[in-house]
Amino acid sequence: MSASVLFDAPGPRARAWTFAGNVLGAVVAIGVAVWVLIQLNAKGQLSWDLWGPVFSTRTWQYYLLPGLVNTLRAAAFAIVGSLVFGLLFGMGRLSQLAPVRWVCGVFVEFLRAVPVLLMMVFFYGLFGVLLPGVSDKAFLAVVVALILYNGSVIAELVRSGVGNLPRGQREAGLVVGLTEGQALRSIQLPQALVAMLPAMVSQIVVVLKDSALGQIIGYQELLRAGQIVYSGDGNPLQVLTAVAVVFILLNVLLTVVAHRLSKLLSSRTAAAPLEGTGIGNPTAVAGGSRV
Amino acid sequence: MNDYLSGLGSLVERYDVLGAFWTNIQLTFWGALIALVLGTVLALMRISPIASLRWVGATYVNILRNTPLTIIMTFMVMGVWTALQLQLADTFESNFFRLAVVGLAVYHAAFVCESIRSGVNTVPLGQAEAARAIGLSFLPAARLIILPQAFRGAIAPLGNTLIALLKNSTVAAAASVSWETASTMKTMIEFNPNYLWGIFAMFALGYVILVIPIGVLTTWLSQRLAVQR
Repeated sequence: MSASVLFDAPGPRARAWTFAGNVLGAVVAIGVAVWVLIQLNAKGQLSWDLWGPVFSTRTWQYYLLPGLVNTLRAAAFAIVGSLVFGLLFGMGRLSQLAPVRWVCGVFVEFLRAVPVLLMMVFFYGLFGVLLPGVSDKAFLAVVVALILYNGSVIAELVRSGVGNLPRGQREAGLVVGLTEGQALRSIQLPQALVAMLPAMVSQIVVVLKDSALGQIIGYQELLRAGQIVYSGDGNPLQVLTAVAVVFILLNVLLTVVAHRLSKLLSSRTAAAPLEGTGIGNPTAVAGGSRV
Repeated sequence: MNDYLSGLGSLVERYDVLGAFWTNIQLTFWGALIALVLGTVLALMRISPIASLRWVGATYVNILRNTPLTIIMTFMVMGVWTALQLQLADTFESNFFRLAVVGLAVYHAAFVCESIRSGVNTVPLGQAEAARAIGLSFLPAARLIILPQAFRGAIAPLGNTLIALLKNSTVAAAASVSWETASTMKTMIEFNPNYLWGIFAMFALGYVILVIPIGVLTTWLSQRLAVQR
């Protein structure tokens, strides 16, 4: 372990204690894992009758892969849409005009306070009234709700990205004769966008996770596909594990990309790159600079 | 307009909207309590010098944080209750409620852990070095110098986690807690589509009223207690 705030470099006695703790911790961890496996086995949950269908081609070809495609489709539309929405409202909150700033502020704060699921349910109902002929209402509701929520988060990222820049950046722009708006667009925003790129990749994790909420309004995404599989095969624990593993792999990959980006980009901007925390919360933490 | 409002008012009574919000507040309270305990333990594991504990903590956080909460909630009902036949209470209602609380807690514990860890990370190394230099050993240094600063740094992220937990308590809908807000709103909209906007405005406003004070309070606290560096 590198230098830490809490611990000194260990001497021989501390090293012996650490080693003993390490062995004990490993034994306990393995013990818990074995106990869980024994319990699962006792309930018959490890039998191949239940796990076999999870690995069958039929399950993936007809259910899980089409579900995954729908999940990714909703996430892709949502992330592009929320980027546009976030840029617009982020700039609105930085506007020189107080009314614009105020309206954008109230709208963004409202969207951040309302649970995504409530928005999905509302838009599903709304599209049922407005677009009676459209068959893909659940998809639309999922995408619109995700855009509004994540867009408002990105709007905050834009605002904090600009706020985190050293003051001299804007002042230098003004000194060379740019107006406030020009300095924002040609000096502050480009650097802020670079700084928030990692946080936006982390935001895709949030979008992917929240797209699974679509299941509640009947959108045929990955979790819904899994539910159809286990209601036929009677193996909910196994199928849900497989579905979760797919999500975890995708999200871990995205997190790694975000982390690499943040390291790569730190020389490209005057602000510290932001990394999201993956819970959809609006205040991204400055990565790397304060550790 | 008056007809609309009085119609909406009678809906509020018929569907027990206040009761639904009370359910979400209870889900949030118990979920937050368990998540705080579990998350603190995980954070201690992740900052300890013992490699195997660090590994366990990191694995837990990386798995739980990257799983959609909807899957965890579905798993609590279909995996833990249906498949493993683990029952947390005698009646259906409190069983689903407790399963949902556990689901919320295990998910948000990962974020509590990361919040506390980021609080520890805000303390500069020089603080520990200065503590050693004036002769404090591990426990006094942790108690007097490091942890007070770490807790202050953790307030803002912990507040965000609490807000997320409150909003995420609606996902209890996926754990068959059908009397909470999202499910109540869904039923109300299905049977009274002409009150669509009013119903949504009411529930959205309820969450705004609940969320904004938490946000204001934690921002105020974290700024008031912020360590000037």
